[in-house]
Amino acid sequence: MTEHTVKSFGEQLEALSALVAQMGGLAEAQFAAAIEAIARRDSTAAERAVGGDARIDEIQQEIEERALKLLALRQPMAVDLRETLAAIKTAAELERIGDLAKNIAKRAMVLNREPPIRLTQSLARMGKAAQNQLKQVLDAFSNRNAEEAEAVWNRDGEIDEIYNSLFRELLTYMMEDPRTIGLCTHLLFVAKNIERSGDHCTNIAEVVYHMVRAGHLANNRPKADTTSETAVPYETHA
Amino acid sequence: MLESLARLRSHAWPLVIGMTAGGAAVVFAGPTLFWGLVALGLAAVLIMQFVTFQEPILWSPDQNSDEPLALLPPLTRLLLERLPMPVMLLDDDEMVLFANQFMREVLGPGLDRKRASSVLRNPEVLAAIAGAGRGESADVPLTLPVPVERHFQAYATRISVAPPVTVLLLHDLTMVRRSEQLRADFIANASHELRTPLAAVSGFIETLRGPAKDDTEAREQFLEIMTNETARMRRLINDLLSLSRIEMNEHVKPQGRVGLESVVRQAAAALKLLAAQDGIAVVVDAAADVPEVNGDQDELVQLFQNLIHNAIKYGRENGTVRIMVGRSDGQVFAAVRDDGEGIAPSAIPRLTERFYRVDVKRSRERGGTGLGLAIVKHIVSRHQGRLSIESQVGEGSTFTVFLPAAPAEIPAKAPAPEPVTEML
Repeated sequence: MTEHTVKSFGEQLEALSALVAQMGGLAEAQFAAAIEAIARRDSTAAERAVGGDARIDEIQQEIEERALKLLALRQPMAVDLRETLAAIKTAAELERIGDLAKNIAKRAMVLNREPPIRLTQSLARMGKAAQNQLKQVLDAFSNRNAEEAEAVWNRDGEIDEIYNSLFRELLTYMMEDPRTIGLCTHLLFVAKNIERSGDHCTNIAEVVYHMVRAGHLANNRPKADTTSETAVPYETHA
Repeated sequence: MLESLARLRSHAWPLVIGMTAGGAAVVFAGPTLFWGLVALGLAAVLIMQFVTFQEPILWSPDQNSDEPLALLPPLTRLLLERLPMPVMLLDDDEMVLFANQFMREVLGPGLDRKRASSVLRNPEVLAAIAGAGRGESADVPLTLPVPVERHFQAYATRISVAPPVTVLLLHDLTMVRRSEQLRADFIANASHELRTPLAAVSGFIETLRGPAKDDTEAREQFLEIMTNETARMRRLINDLLSLSRIEMNEHVKPQGRVGLESVVRQAAAALKLLAAQDGIAVVVDAAADVPEVNGDQDELVQLFQNLIHNAIKYGRENGTVRIMVGRSDGQVFAAVRDDGEGIAPSAIPRLTERFYRVDVKRSRERGGTGLGLAIVKHIVSRHQGRLSIESQVGEGSTFTVFLPAAPAEIPAKAPAPEPVTEML
């Protein structure tokens, strides 16, 4: 291989990485708009979040095409191979986060037509926690930082706990006054979507860790942390 | 000196004067705002002069250099570095050539030679930078939502064609946006939370004027309740005001250096009497040589007063509130532990939400406003620390505040700018 080819291969990889970062930026902006729509009862922000989805899908396709071309023509090895795979995987996770943000924004539009309830502030706070996770994990991706990724991965439990707590509170509201069921269901789905976004961030964290260290985070998972497997107490409902 | 001056081409004279004045302004800028402004203006003129025009005037870099930064004379670079607003220079590939100290503070360290899209993912700003590369200047809003929400107006414009250099300037609008938002929040919270006690008070006034007019026993009882309700309103207003004040400055790093032990002791001393009423002993246990932290003394005292006050409120009667101060890898911590009933695990993640109460009735009885831990959370966040809450039902709760240890004191804070005469 001539030096020129090697250099241009490096450039191609870097451009792929920059594209993932760009997609991350779009997902961040869309998610931020969705949370803003909930927190500030801002339907314009909600429309922005719903509209932002198309561009994200477009970039995801471009990332896939470029990565495939790289795999087929360059047959990358070791860290280069892992970086290429990481780009494809991360793009898929970001696309899901975009979808969830869109769904949150749609529900925000419904919520904004109803009288304000304090619980939306709890949701906004949970959303901020997920936003923080997304930012940190994208930073970890850009900086190729496995420790940062691991920290994100370890922090996901906090969001799950807020979700469990909100879930219980919403159940009590619905049991007390069945007229609130419609509204509470929307709030419940928003909470679930935020929680799912947090999970996608942990998935990206695993991808980043694998890209940098070539090992798997999931295998070293501390057993004490079982929040993501904890079943929500169904008996409260019965 | 005369010799070197003679070597200057004639059209460079206004610049020499500008630069001398600029340098002098930077030297004296410290204490007064006026000189700061003068320095800023001159800095802007200098940047324009040096970067816009290709011809090196006081500095003669390698004309064919690949490094566009070589065109920046040291003084200009120094001015850019010290300019009190985030500045970034980018090349044609949108790679970061230079980021000054304020930009590094906003976006994090290690920006050099990275692509704009990986350090600043905001799509609108990236579009503005791309537009600037095509010769269109643009300004777009930029919001950084986490960890502390900050708002900027981002300006991107091309300042040199060959070599290609784009400048990105951020204008900090956080204070303005925050004050708008806080006003709205304050009114919403105040009107909502004050409604209940206000309704109670006006209800009792009506009763005292009407049916209970001559009932001495009821009058005493009602006046007692009214006193409690007004006290509650006063506490609520105080807490709302201090929350607003803290939130206003949440994005500004605290400047002072304080020892956590003295802060904790000060907070504990203020609550000794209150603790004694419930027969609770407050014990402070501090490890030796705990490093100082960068912090605001008053805010930290308030933080620990709130935590200790909670521990007294929800602790066991005749129990002990124990405060431990220590260090753990690069961090300083203070843990406030009570031996009360503890908190259910489902409530813990939401304790710092404003107006969240585990037990509304009990909180009201104990004179809680539902804002104490929200205030704690915001103070911790301003100090870039972490709050950890652990609790065992039946055994008590521990609230631990972790704060980054302040770096060891450096004798001279920053190198003094080079004297201008030497540059000539």
